[in-house]
Amino acid sequence: MIEKKKKIIKTIKIDLDKCNGCRACEMICAAYHAEPKYSSINPARARIRMIREPIRDIYVPVYAGETARAECMGRDKYIIDGKEYDECAFCRSACPSRDAFKEPDSGLPLKCDMCEDNTPGEDPLCVQWCINEALIYEEREEEETEEEIERQEDIETGLESLIDLHGIDSVINALGRLSRKGSNGKAAEIAKEVISEAVKN
Amino acid sequence: MRYAETGYNLEIDLTRGNIEKVETDPADTKLHLGGLGTNAKILWERAPADVDPFSPENLLIFSTGLLCGTPAPGANRTIVTSYSPQTLLTGYSMMGGFWAPELKYAGYDKVILRGKSPDLVYIWIHNDKIEIREAKHLSGKGAVETQELIRKELREPNAQVAAIGLAGENRVYMASIEQGRSSASRLGLGAVMGDKRVKAIAVRGTKDLNIARPMEMFNLCNDVLKYIKFRNENPVSNVMTILQGLGSPQEMLHVDEKWHTENFMWGNSRTRRKEFWNEEIEKKWAETQLSVRKRLISCYNCPMKCGAIISVPGISTYMMKCFSKLTYSMAAFVEDIDFGFRIAQRATEYGVDGFSVPQTMAFAIELLEADILKSKDFEGCPADNEGRFYWLLDRIVRREGIGNILANGTYWAAKEIGHGAEAYAHNNIKKHEQLPLKLGMLNPVYYLMYCTGEKANITQIEGQFPQAPFATVEEKENFIKDWIQVPDDKFKKIVMEWEFRGEKSNPYFPTVDMAVDIVDWQEMMHYIDDALGVCAGLSSFPLKPPYHIHNYPEIISAATGMDIDEEGLKEIYRRNRNLLRSLNIRRGLKREDEQIPDDHYKKRFPELEKELLDAYYKFKGWSAEGVPTKRTLYDLGLDYIAEDFIERGILIDYEAIPAKEVIVEK
Repeated sequence: MIEKKKKIIKTIKIDLDKCNGCRACEMICAAYHAEPKYSSINPARARIRMIREPIRDIYVPVYAGETARAECMGRDKYIIDGKEYDECAFCRSACPSRDAFKEPDSGLPLKCDMCEDNTPGEDPLCVQWCINEALIYEEREEEETEEEIERQEDIETGLESLIDLHGIDSVINALGRLSRKGSNGKAAEIAKEVISEAVKN
Repeated sequence: MRYAETGYNLEIDLTRGNIEKVETDPADTKLHLGGLGTNAKILWERAPADVDPFSPENLLIFSTGLLCGTPAPGANRTIVTSYSPQTLLTGYSMMGGFWAPELKYAGYDKVILRGKSPDLVYIWIHNDKIEIREAKHLSGKGAVETQELIRKELREPNAQVAAIGLAGENRVYMASIEQGRSSASRLGLGAVMGDKRVKAIAVRGTKDLNIARPMEMFNLCNDVLKYIKFRNENPVSNVMTILQGLGSPQEMLHVDEKWHTENFMWGNSRTRRKEFWNEEIEKKWAETQLSVRKRLISCYNCPMKCGAIISVPGISTYMMKCFSKLTYSMAAFVEDIDFGFRIAQRATEYGVDGFSVPQTMAFAIELLEADILKSKDFEGCPADNEGRFYWLLDRIVRREGIGNILANGTYWAAKEIGHGAEAYAHNNIKKHEQLPLKLGMLNPVYYLMYCTGEKANITQIEGQFPQAPFATVEEKENFIKDWIQVPDDKFKKIVMEWEFRGEKSNPYFPTVDMAVDIVDWQEMMHYIDDALGVCAGLSSFPLKPPYHIHNYPEIISAATGMDIDEEGLKEIYRRNRNLLRSLNIRRGLKREDEQIPDDHYKKRFPELEKELLDAYYKFKGWSAEGVPTKRTLYDLGLDYIAEDFIERGILIDYEAIPAKEVIVEK
């Protein structure tokens, strides 16, 4: 039986036309994520970054997403309403090609967490501080379908590429070590299952 | 640990190329906060009293305010301080934008320049790495262009750059320092920067700035932000558009210019054009403004939209704020605002003050019409109003021909031209060009602010007390009912009593004592803002602002960890006010200099004016000559100034208590 689940997708709607480029979002993000909260300010630590080129009227607030380990092979350009945007202007990744979304001291990547440990029901801080409403918080529900099957398929695709790269023996050894550690709960279960499948084949 | 401030200044000796990071004394923060307050202290201590503004010994200080870089909305001002080549007095000019917070994040509160570089250079501050870099290739480049070129050259799109244009390089007394949408325009500090051969200062900072009491500070700033939102949704009623909201003001947002175009004076501050603002003009001006305005923009951590990106077809994009859209058109008698936006682009790239320069050009044209300047002085100049202004602007910033004389502003130009030219330099206070505004009836509050401001610039003094009485009791009651910003309820009473006509109207009401009280309040807020780096547009300048004397002490205390109450903050204000006054007194400022232009008001009231000035000086604890007394200075811990004044013969030590005993008592 496939279980159908609902999940909440958190969204920040970014209206570039309303952005005045004040960077309050960066400031308050950095402050909120300081330890203790609000104890230090440093926009370079912000998980939102204003891509801002006033002379070309480019104003794009971008949120940090997953890290990219490598640069993109090409850098494309978007032309919107006659304005040329660098592809990176919309990219959420910390990557080797730029210094955005990296801790200034350690270089470790940053990622927007939607201020998840904030009081429930409250908007992320960047949204609260953008009183010109360039940033609007919205939630929507999405149904997750055939979750288990999709997941299994994903794992197999992933493993196949790992096997291609390292050879089947190394992959089995690695998974074996993982499953013996036994601390990973479900991950260990899956590993065991995959190993027995792999051995059978 | 230091809070809100970094505790370090960057000292750069341009003659030797020496750079030092110097720890500052926290005691100075307690006494003066920061920004203008500590700049004045440094200027007092370290620049010789009689230094020529263009001497290597003159200092040029770029300072953050104490709250810059903290979460306090609108705390983004850079306070530039030196001695002005135009007034020869203390020159302080400020700019918003992004530069000051960036400097804090780089780890410094101030950059102090002294000496003079042998060649044109720019300074690059990147956290702990500071370089003095060659700038020959930037010579002659526009101020906006230079900022872009430096960012490219450094491959630092996030660097904030303050730069001068050709006017600064050529030491034009009206040269500005430009930075993004902002500029430090007044009093010729761009010329001092050019004299030191510094084309620009670029900053990038990625360090932490600490807050003493984080949660408390966050909550207070949140309240400020909420109040801004409330004020944006609730404009003050029964006052003209430009006075209804917050901001510095929001000249790029509003298109209704009826008040300015009909009440400000056209040409060389001469001609009032009643009924200028008709339907056709209104439509055309609005169309032009909306078509060239690409986006309304803000300074760092401020939701107001006082600036705009302006892109006029055929010329490079620039940023604008405040009145420069009007000053050129009005001075030139050009009725098409498109001209205003076009010439302002050139003026911004050249880096000049949008008040003094149009006034000076209109002054030159009047001198030509009066046959004091001759047609040979204008050889090659087009005959039309627009063409003449472009031509004059080009001559002034290049110091070519007549431009070399005009480049010093109307006061000095008139002196040099002679033949009666001085009568045409009629709109100055302390040698500095004023707003093109001439009025009918004397307003005692404004009279005092114009006369006594150390900066000689009304917008740096005026503020949140209404400019005119309200018409009805209902309007008055409506205004005072939620007026939480007043330091004392007596100010509400003045508003209730103030009338358009009769006994309780200008010039005798507000009474002398009331006027002095009101001015003291307005000044207090400006001095606090200028020490904190908070934009006047959210505090001292508009009606009912989010920052005021009642919430500032808490905000400063939470940010810095110093415990300051209202009385303590007022004392700091008085200390900074007296320090600024003393700097100018030491430079030779006299009571007779504290006078408004003869034609500022149609009718003058010599006795009342004298009474006002006497009362103001007395209230401040100054002599009849406007010199802070020994007692006043000692009470504020400014003993060293009193001693200096006595030594110079500025003060005579009449007081019964010998100086030594006072020191022992303290």
